[in-house]
Amino acid sequence: MAWRIVVGLKKDVKDARGERVRREISEHLNIDLHSVRTLDVYTVDATLSEDEVEQAAAGPFSDPVIQEYAVNQPLASRFDMLVEVGFRPGVTDNTGRTAREAIQYLTGRPFAEGEAVYTSTQYLFTGLTDKVIADKIVADFLANGLIQHWTILSADELDPQVGVPVSIPRVVSDTTPTVRTLGLELSDKELLDISRQGMLALNLEEMHKIKRHIADPQVIAERQKVGLGVELTDVELETLAQTWSEHCKHKIFSAKIEYEDEHGNRQVIDSLFKTYIVGATDKVRENLGENDYCLSVFKDNAGVIEFNADWSVVFKVETHNSPSALDPYGGALTGIVGVNRDGMGTGMGARLIFNTDVFCFASPFLEKELPPRLLHPRRIFEGVVEGVEHGGNKSGIPTINGSIVFDERFAGKPLVYCGTASLMPRLLHDKPCHEKQVLVGDHIVMTGGRIGKDGIHGATFSSEELHEGSPVTAVQIGDPITQRKMFDFLMIARDQGLYNSITDNGAGGLSSSVGEMAEDTGGLELHLDRAPLKYPGLQPWEILISEAQERMTLAVPEDKLDAFISLATEMDVEASDLGLFTDSGYFHCLYEGKTVSYLSMDFVHDGVPQMVIPAKWEPKELSEPDFVQPEDLADQLQHLLSRLNICSKEAVVRRYDHEVQAGTVIKPLLGVANDGPSDAAVYRPLLDSFEGVVVSHGICPSYSDIDTYHMMACAIDEGLRNYVAVGGDIDHVAGLDNFCWCDPVESEKNPDGQYKAAQLVRANQALYDYCVAYGVPLISGKDSMKNDYQIGGSRISIPPTVLFSVIGKIADARQAVSMDVKQAGDLVYLLGTTANELGGSEYYAQQDELGARVPQVNAEPALLRYRTLNQAQQQSLIASCHDLSDGGLGVALAESAFAGGFGIQVELSYLDVDHPMREDKLLFSESQSRLLVTVPVAKKETFEALFNGQSCRRIGQVIEQPHLIINGLHGQNLVHASLEHLKQAWQAPLQEM
Amino acid sequence: MAKTVKAIVISGHGTNCEREVAHACRLAGADADIVHIAELLAGRVDLNDYHFLNLAGGFLDGDDLGSAKAGANRLLHAQVAGHADEQAQSLAGQLKEFIAAGKLVMGVCNGFQLLVKMGLLPAIDGDFQQSCTLTNNDGGRFENRWSWLQIDPDSPCVYTRGLNGLYLPIRHGEGKFVTDKPETLQQLEDLHLTVMKYADCDLHPTMDFPDNPNGSHASIAGICDPTGRLFGLMPHPEAYVHRTHHPRWTRETLPEEGMGLLLYRNAVNFIEKEL
Repeated sequence: MAWRIVVGLKKDVKDARGERVRREISEHLNIDLHSVRTLDVYTVDATLSEDEVEQAAAGPFSDPVIQEYAVNQPLASRFDMLVEVGFRPGVTDNTGRTAREAIQYLTGRPFAEGEAVYTSTQYLFTGLTDKVIADKIVADFLANGLIQHWTILSADELDPQVGVPVSIPRVVSDTTPTVRTLGLELSDKELLDISRQGMLALNLEEMHKIKRHIADPQVIAERQKVGLGVELTDVELETLAQTWSEHCKHKIFSAKIEYEDEHGNRQVIDSLFKTYIVGATDKVRENLGENDYCLSVFKDNAGVIEFNADWSVVFKVETHNSPSALDPYGGALTGIVGVNRDGMGTGMGARLIFNTDVFCFASPFLEKELPPRLLHPRRIFEGVVEGVEHGGNKSGIPTINGSIVFDERFAGKPLVYCGTASLMPRLLHDKPCHEKQVLVGDHIVMTGGRIGKDGIHGATFSSEELHEGSPVTAVQIGDPITQRKMFDFLMIARDQGLYNSITDNGAGGLSSSVGEMAEDTGGLELHLDRAPLKYPGLQPWEILISEAQERMTLAVPEDKLDAFISLATEMDVEASDLGLFTDSGYFHCLYEGKTVSYLSMDFVHDGVPQMVIPAKWEPKELSEPDFVQPEDLADQLQHLLSRLNICSKEAVVRRYDHEVQAGTVIKPLLGVANDGPSDAAVYRPLLDSFEGVVVSHGICPSYSDIDTYHMMACAIDEGLRNYVAVGGDIDHVAGLDNFCWCDPVESEKNPDGQYKAAQLVRANQALYDYCVAYGVPLISGKDSMKNDYQIGGSRISIPPTVLFSVIGKIADARQAVSMDVKQAGDLVYLLGTTANELGGSEYYAQQDELGARVPQVNAEPALLRYRTLNQAQQQSLIASCHDLSDGGLGVALAESAFAGGFGIQVELSYLDVDHPMREDKLLFSESQSRLLVTVPVAKKETFEALFNGQSCRRIGQVIEQPHLIINGLHGQNLVHASLEHLKQAWQAPLQEM
Repeated sequence: MAKTVKAIVISGHGTNCEREVAHACRLAGADADIVHIAELLAGRVDLNDYHFLNLAGGFLDGDDLGSAKAGANRLLHAQVAGHADEQAQSLAGQLKEFIAAGKLVMGVCNGFQLLVKMGLLPAIDGDFQQSCTLTNNDGGRFENRWSWLQIDPDSPCVYTRGLNGLYLPIRHGEGKFVTDKPETLQQLEDLHLTVMKYADCDLHPTMDFPDNPNGSHASIAGICDPTGRLFGLMPHPEAYVHRTHHPRWTRETLPEEGMGLLLYRNAVNFIEKEL
């Protein structure tokens, strides 16, 4: 029978969680409740004695100091409305899993198959009697109907004897595993229907290719030998759909692009990826010659560069946009624990050292009516932040760098970028740790979590726009603890040499992980029935492509298999032998001994036809805005500081553990009151060494509205500028590109596809040009190409966005520099030239203007400047250094001043400009490659000598008085603002989030 | 010749800070081993071989049933292989033997939560019944910030000898210290077991956010048992063992060694002299 244990706080104990929920309901929905209290419910569906249940309730499930409990009767009292929210069947319930383990420890007996603990939460409202409003609160804030169900009872509806009726979200399935076969001798329409209805995201050409392959007499003959007929099995079709998906194959980046520029010049680009991304890295590595520090680029789950003679650094950044749109918490949590597995699955495996996160949202204060299926940006914000918080904090990985970018179009699809760096030894058992090799005869071993229906069609789903039929099963919830236990185990298994290769199970599940590993040997034999399942009733194809989380796939040699499995068992980690890596040439899957898939490896991996995409670039007719310089520039500055793209993100940063592992040297928040905005992070991965990893990023989607070429150039420069600002070595640095685009393939519903494709080409051209110019190799990246929303007549496309992440090194972290001014009397310098470049700027956006003159990057002087800055940092000449980005000089001055607690006085007439311009433009131009530096008077000569011949102007001084004083071109005062006011303006907007 | 102080840091099931705790122990002069709990349960590693047990920060079992609740349950009930006598059959039993032998135990953050929820702290009457707890921060959220901590100079705590105040980071969602009844709190205060309190920068204990980041009763950040040898605290001393850990190291003149290391030095000194 099922037991219901309800746990609540004793009377007079403050319910901080309930209070937070009450506050958030008020903020999100403008519904003011008198009070909210919370109760935890454990539905125990297992054979236990009354005594055992009592022990569980009194022991691990409740805290005797502050809590009370009830078994099989209600605990709720003194409320007007009760809401209970639980998970739908099959949704990951981490607390339920922990509760089950706790009972097992208590009784010393394992649960029987099918027995489980399910958790739910009761919310008790007072000050609300309207059920319709209660339902709105649940549907719009407390729960997500995709993964949760709820019960609402008014006070008089709750039976005091029975309580809330028991519901057990057990997965019930009476389906028996079967393999369907499909004949493909069908019309084009029918072929497309199969693709569409099956969520396969295969286009007509791809369906034809499969149809032709399966009709080949030789193929038919080979299939007959293993007992298959002339029709394709569902396992095979799903394998091809996964492996050929945009998500896995990057078909757009591999496509042939027929590009026409604004002058009518035509060019065929055979793969953007090979031409520009790999091309740039090849060129940079060639230029680096003997000093090349790249170890593994593009071929593994993450990129690897040298850190020092003994260690290398691994870095990867992923996006998890589509799942985060449907379930922000689960999507983001899965995003972060997913990218963690990329580090663990690179080479022979690496120890995770830090996370980064960058989000793009619409304003949380958006007041527009949203089209169907879109969650309010405030909910997305809250859910994503909490997901990354849980994913990072619980995994013990500090989140040390990130940002949040706002644009209304991200209401159509939020962007959630999650990055992870890890550390691996250069050599493992005398072999390079960043390399791996599966051998014929190695066992296919899956370890970690079990397989359920979660995440089925995630890869194909993210290869489409968000639409009415977007599948619920694409939503997953990560389980950081199962993963943490697995990682602890794998680090020991790695060091004991128990496996030959490792990769993660992400998009496409086993079909991708095993399929990719099998490229080493040229074949695989996978027994799908041997995979451990969360619940019965999965079809063979579902087992193969499920994206259930927390799983790694390994190649374990025969003689190490017992040791591997027994170490796993001892460390409470599941590991299952699923078959063998072979050299048969076939992707061979079996279920209960019968062949269910027999596809040649060549066809699976190289069969996908190359797309051809037309692209045509037409610069938009844009002009500079016509408005007079505002009278009060202090007021303009104050408003800029309050803009969402500029204001403080402290409330979010504090929710992330950014110091666990004790390596964070330059933290995200710093300055006299520990609340200034850091440009980048410096991290010491080895506790007995002062060598540091430096990480930063650049992202500027607003420039895409003018020209994606310059958007890309600016993102690269911003990333590098932040990196050198804290002391990152410009000669030991690597980049990662994460493209998030709107669909660049023209179609009826996407009429400007050619323009979007041209935007993509231009961004790639800039990527090549500037990476080569700066000498920055790209080591890894990812693209997400369908960030559109389409329901009915409503289409929202995100602005083309590239996150350019930067990782590198500082030889001695004690030479790192922070952005806060340090003492009165220090001299203030501006490095770099200011130009009339406010197109796409925050200042223009504040006037509701876009403008035309987008900032352009001049790499040659910038590179020299960055190198010289490194020298100045190494000679300890610099007290503070802050990059100029959104809001230009005005914002940088304010931030440096209030972070440091000292005023600054500057003269705009001292600026180095390319052309004379208005004071407001001088103050708020977003010209690139500029840095604001303060230097102690005693270091003045040495500093100026170092920068001799470069754009380096002393523009003012740090002052004791806590004011920002900016004088205009004629020496007249333009801004005289107290730091307190400026800081208040900067902190206020997102303080309560 | 001074004897070798042997420290053990238990890892596994969601413990996260084992590396930096072991590092702090080593800097303080101890030999430190990081031992996965599976090794202890398999009976391959014996707690008796150590002087100084460290329960590090993290999220045992995700803190899914409340901070350290499932972890405490494991220690109380999981069986250790290969032990005949009843006491040594559970890790909790072994832990109590360790404590009875007068050895040192420090629990930081999740480790503090674990000690409290197992009833090992404050153990005023030596009965190991839970009398206090650590629960959700008043703000209802996880917080990472640096806090000033006032130290009770009259505390029996061996770790804080000679200290008046500390500046350390806190990183928790469930750090609010609460006692079962006012008398317990009074007893803790009377016995000077409330070793460490959240304070303002002048080291006056405070209930005001953010100096008191979680609303702890009586501003309590850490407590010890009456022997002073068991100590639990929410702030992370292992996260400030070098000046570059300090959030303002780029703007303040600071000693090379961080304040948190002092706690570990005191522990090692005590063991060298008195164990």
